[in-house]
Amino acid sequence: MKILVCISKTPDTTAKIAFTDNNTKFATDGVQWIINPYDEWYALVRAIELKEADPSIALHLLNVGGADSEPIIRKALALGGDEAIRVNSEENDSFFVASQIANIAKEGGYDLVFTGKETIDYNGSSIGGMVAELLGNTYISHATKFDLQDGKALVTREIEGGEEQCQAAFPLVVSCQKGMAEQRIPNMKGIMGARTKPLKVVEPIAVDSMTSVVSFELPPAKAGVKLVSADQPEELVRLLREEAKVI
Amino acid sequence: MSILVFIDQADGHIKKASFEAATYGAKLAAQLGTTAEALVLGTVSDDLSTLGQYGIKKVHTVSDASLNKMDAAVYADVIAQAAGQATVIVLSNNTTGKAVAPRLSVKLKAGLVSGAISLPDTSQGFVVRKSVFSGKAFANIAVKTDKKIIALNPNAFGTETGAGSAEVAAVQASIPASNVEVVAVNKVSGEVPLSEADIVVSGGRGLKGPENWGLVTELAQLLGAATACSRPVADIHWRPHHEHVGQTGLAIAPNLYIAIGISGAIQHLAGVNRSKTIVVINKDPEAPFFKAADYGIVGDAFEVVPKVIEAVKKIKAS
Ligand SMILES: Cc1cc2nc3c(=O)[nH]c(=O)nc-3n(C[C@H](O)[C@H](O)[C@H](O)COP(=O)(O)OP(=O)(O)OC[C@H]3O[C@@H](n4cnc5c(N)ncnc54)[C@H](O)[C@@H]3O)c2cc1C
Repeated sequence: MKILVCISKTPDTTAKIAFTDNNTKFATDGVQWIINPYDEWYALVRAIELKEADPSIALHLLNVGGADSEPIIRKALALGGDEAIRVNSEENDSFFVASQIANIAKEGGYDLVFTGKETIDYNGSSIGGMVAELLGNTYISHATKFDLQDGKALVTREIEGGEEQCQAAFPLVVSCQKGMAEQRIPNMKGIMGARTKPLKVVEPIAVDSMTSVVSFELPPAKAGVKLVSADQPEELVRLLREEAKVI
Repeated sequence: MSILVFIDQADGHIKKASFEAATYGAKLAAQLGTTAEALVLGTVSDDLSTLGQYGIKKVHTVSDASLNKMDAAVYADVIAQAAGQATVIVLSNNTTGKAVAPRLSVKLKAGLVSGAISLPDTSQGFVVRKSVFSGKAFANIAVKTDKKIIALNPNAFGTETGAGSAEVAAVQASIPASNVEVVAVNKVSGEVPLSEADIVVSGGRGLKGPENWGLVTELAQLLGAATACSRPVADIHWRPHHEHVGQTGLAIAPNLYIAIGISGAIQHLAGVNRSKTIVVINKDPEAPFFKAADYGIVGDAFEVVPKVIEAVKKIKAS
């Protein structure tokens, strides 16, 4: 069995969000980069657990990004996985990225592709579904549990208003979220080992993007908090009813 | 050129987020000088002609019971068949929309904007504003393809109703076989789903333990609200995982978010800062949440919340 885990580079969750070049680019000065938490904590760690249970599984990591993605790829390899592939391209729109992933997944004959449910910067939640459609594979989104059973996948996923457990045959694309696994910290052995794991760099295939970012904007600042005394909760309730009109 | 709104249903009822999508579709149709039609999959007990009140002219149905189960591949296929000449497809960016829209985008070669929050600017091209950086910023996205798909964030747009009744007609579609076999379904019933709630009452580590959650649930019940929590609260299993809101949990945008004993860490704020009104109850006047709040009470939750509950009871009774 071959598993491909897609990992994306995102700004740290505490990064200051600001823009440059006339609000057309994210200001990267002083920004720490991390593996997108959904990709790392849920997709990658669950894939590592599957491999721990069955060492015959081949586990490869994939990033579509520039050379500056390599530190986060090495960090991911320190957690686990046999090797990584980087498609050497600055990220473009979701369709461009999904096309690169689908191309690698098809060439490599992967049975299972894991993505995070979304990235914390673009919040597109589109890559998994697009990859599945490009490959003509089954797609299970918002997975909170994933197990292998009788050569099939047994997945619990979030649906509108609850969750369902379902079964599907491979090949499969799954987007992962909370519940799949618990965050891990790489250990020294992992970090040392990651340095020598293969990291293959390939050039992107030509794909026309379907969308582009025109500009970014920050939301207007809040007017400031109106404090109500702890002895006057009626005043809070009155304000919510008469001023904010929300209850 | 017309607009097709995909209407999501669960257990035979139209999802609230789909009424927002219908309103959005109708307004977009008015902006582009065309009409908005809708598509409903599966068996529905609601009166679909009432979608006319939201500005939908015609409702297409494929009422095959197999479609009560959501499989992204099947849904995308059937929607693509029904889309015909529609140039813009509107869906809610809920769990169904997030599963289906990307597949549909590839199938129809239609650029997708997921997480849209306002009508497109069509003065130059087709530019849609969406939420990015987990609610900390917006991006204006140009869609370059002829066909477009807009997945509208729940609670971002609101609904508007007027007079009107939509024509309802079955549409022919071939339904592909699903490769996903559902083994068990576990619906959270009787509660307001968090993603759709107008009011959310949320608790953090400041509440000290799960035995104190009665404060949160009682206030929520009085207000007809859903309940939520901060990440550590879900991690230590005081509350179920699906209540976890924030950057790595659910992002929500209710009209009113009441945070009790939550410090307001940046990762928490990322999931709730699109709420229209934020109330913070925290004993620490320096808690960062106050900076993001509209109203606040500095005080001990165990003293303040019971009083707030009494005050709400009074106002509800009057
Ligand atoms: C990558 C990453 C992702 C994360 N994602 C999320 C996320 O999605 N969602 C999330 O919530 N967090 C997330 N976090 C965690 C976040 O940084 C905070 O640790 C967390 O939100 C704190 O939860 P809390 O406010 O409940 O607890 P605390 O920070 O412990 O705050 C408790 C608050 O309760 C107050 N308090 C205590 N006693 C009382 C009382 N009797 N009455 C009133 N107030 C009282 C205190 O003053 C304090 O402000 C993430 C962190 C990281 C690093």
